[in-house]
Amino acid sequence: MAIWLTKDSKVIVQGITGGEGSKHTKRMLAAGTQVVGGVNPRKAGTKVDFDGTELPVFATVAEAIKETGADVSVIFVPPAFTKAAVLEAIDAEIPLAIVITEGVPVQDSAAFWSYNVSKGEKTRIIGPNCPGIASPGASNAGIIPADITPQGRIGLVSKSGTLTYQLMYELREFGFSTAVGIGGDPIIGTTHIDALRAFQEDPDTDAIVMIGEIGGDAEERAAEFIKEHVTKPVVGYIAGFTAPPGKTMGHAGAIISGSAGTADAKKSALEAAGVKVGKTPSETAQLMREVMSS
Amino acid sequence: MDLFEYQGRDLFERHGLPVLGGGVAETPQEARAIAERLGGKVVVKAQVKVGGRGKAGGVKLADGADEAEARATDILGMDIKGHTVHKVMLAETADIKEEYYFSYLLDRANRTFLCIASVAGGMEIETVAETDPERVAKVAIDASKGVDEAKAREIVTLAKFPADVADQVVDIAVKLWQAFVAEDALLVEVNPLAKVGDGRVLALDAKVTLDENAGFRHPDHEALEDKSAVDPIEQAAKAKNLNYVKLDGEVGIIGNGAGLVMSTLDVVAYAGERHGNVKPANFLDIGGGASAQVMANGLEIVLGDPAVKSVFVNVFGGITACDAVANGIIQALELLAERGETVTKPLVVRLDGNNAEAGRAILDGANNPLVTRVDTMDGAAEKAAELAAAGK
Repeated sequence: MAIWLTKDSKVIVQGITGGEGSKHTKRMLAAGTQVVGGVNPRKAGTKVDFDGTELPVFATVAEAIKETGADVSVIFVPPAFTKAAVLEAIDAEIPLAIVITEGVPVQDSAAFWSYNVSKGEKTRIIGPNCPGIASPGASNAGIIPADITPQGRIGLVSKSGTLTYQLMYELREFGFSTAVGIGGDPIIGTTHIDALRAFQEDPDTDAIVMIGEIGGDAEERAAEFIKEHVTKPVVGYIAGFTAPPGKTMGHAGAIISGSAGTADAKKSALEAAGVKVGKTPSETAQLMREVMSS
Repeated sequence: MDLFEYQGRDLFERHGLPVLGGGVAETPQEARAIAERLGGKVVVKAQVKVGGRGKAGGVKLADGADEAEARATDILGMDIKGHTVHKVMLAETADIKEEYYFSYLLDRANRTFLCIASVAGGMEIETVAETDPERVAKVAIDASKGVDEAKAREIVTLAKFPADVADQVVDIAVKLWQAFVAEDALLVEVNPLAKVGDGRVLALDAKVTLDENAGFRHPDHEALEDKSAVDPIEQAAKAKNLNYVKLDGEVGIIGNGAGLVMSTLDVVAYAGERHGNVKPANFLDIGGGASAQVMANGLEIVLGDPAVKSVFVNVFGGITACDAVANGIIQALELLAERGETVTKPLVVRLDGNNAEAGRAILDGANNPLVTRVDTMDGAAEKAAELAAAGK
């Protein structure tokens, strides 16, 4: 078992005919994901061949769901069209929409989030600007490399893609139930807290790695949540201790504003909640090794 | 992207908000011409993207064109908290009766926008929020509903704006929201929003932050960028489409993925504590793909920084396998040689993840005396710091 994405998940790709969309569809299929089709209104009715697997292209998400029973959509469309793609996914009430696209304007993310809330949050949105979600050995939706680690009992939630891969790699001896990349934008659909709650409830997850970075106060709020609601061991890592204030460090959301959003504040909040925080990714992995071996 | 006050003022004016007449000058002569056009008393304000310029002597009153020219001469070239003043804004003066505060900003925690309004303006809103919290109204704005007249009136009532200015502030609240949306802003702040002698309410300052991710629908925003303040290396990196931030240390950093690169900076800084206190010289994320071409561009930028004494290339092979990355590094060094760049600075390379063994073998096979391979991130950071300290 895993959270949100299982071997039974049926995945469609919005933007399946684009460069990134087709490249990663091929990868997801190779990883054993049940990709059942794609969406592109201009190529509706055609089929795309991925190394021998023919996938149908539909005009809309609603049609794709009706024809295939899809319950996950991975969105690879360019920033200018991302808002429309997510609104369509919300209208179709797909349970999980994963927005890989980087560079989505904040007002667009705020708009589709607000729309999702007004529709009763029937769709879980992950991202934007995220690597997606992987449940090793079961399914892979997004761009996380599928073969880093086998299935296991560690859950991971992270703002950063490559740090996710790094920790998955360092802890491959134990394996992972699910790794969720929630993305580095200022407004994201799924937060650390959402993932922590799901891992806490997941009978197949024993311990949780939480990776944060400078900017905002999501980690501080996650720390509060851990204190109140998480009984499983959590090991944390925060990137950006040496980042200067006022500079955006790669991710649109990774910026220290005034005295807010520093790595130190996040580390202190997590430690106050009983989370062991590693100084480096390797030290973090070592902390988790100790948890898993005890 | 943060705007200068004069750019914010112009933006407000374009969106129908009440502002005072003004203009921007880069020389005392230009300042004189603007003062003559405005007539009478003017205020000369240093244009810097940092707070506290008034206290630093960057805001002066001037009576007439002669004085305006003199004050501009004083202020231009001033250093305010490390920011050199290249421009001054001249504006008409106002007979201020009351000062208020009004802003719209991003509320990350609630995944929406927030209005902050107060009748205690003219000072830092953070200070007011601490000392006088009941005088600060915070109102959530639903991104899909925005601010119409009814919402604006709700804000004005909650913030307890006086009855005689309420209608004007409602109008300003609606127009300011329209400007916020139309320009894809992340922040619009008016402090002070002031009632002046004749009863009008005017925006006397303008702080605006624009969303660079929305640049594709605002071709005009590019012209607002302050080219003079951009570090020349950052500018060169931008021209090559690289995600680069200049820092003030000696260890050049190249990595893939924003989080991993931020983490690399930290690990290098920790290692530097043991090696002459060397620090990271830059942030450079070459992204998931990391082709030889991009690696060459990245190396060229980082090696071109005279402050850099050693370079740490930290790559986790995810979708891009490490053998491809290793070939990229070797080809990048060859490419640089072809471009006539003599590379003399040592490189420490750490490859991990997908096909790491093959990648390391390629590096070993190339046998480049400048390249040291270290297989852990912490170990490689240590080595890079040590080499940078030796090169200082």
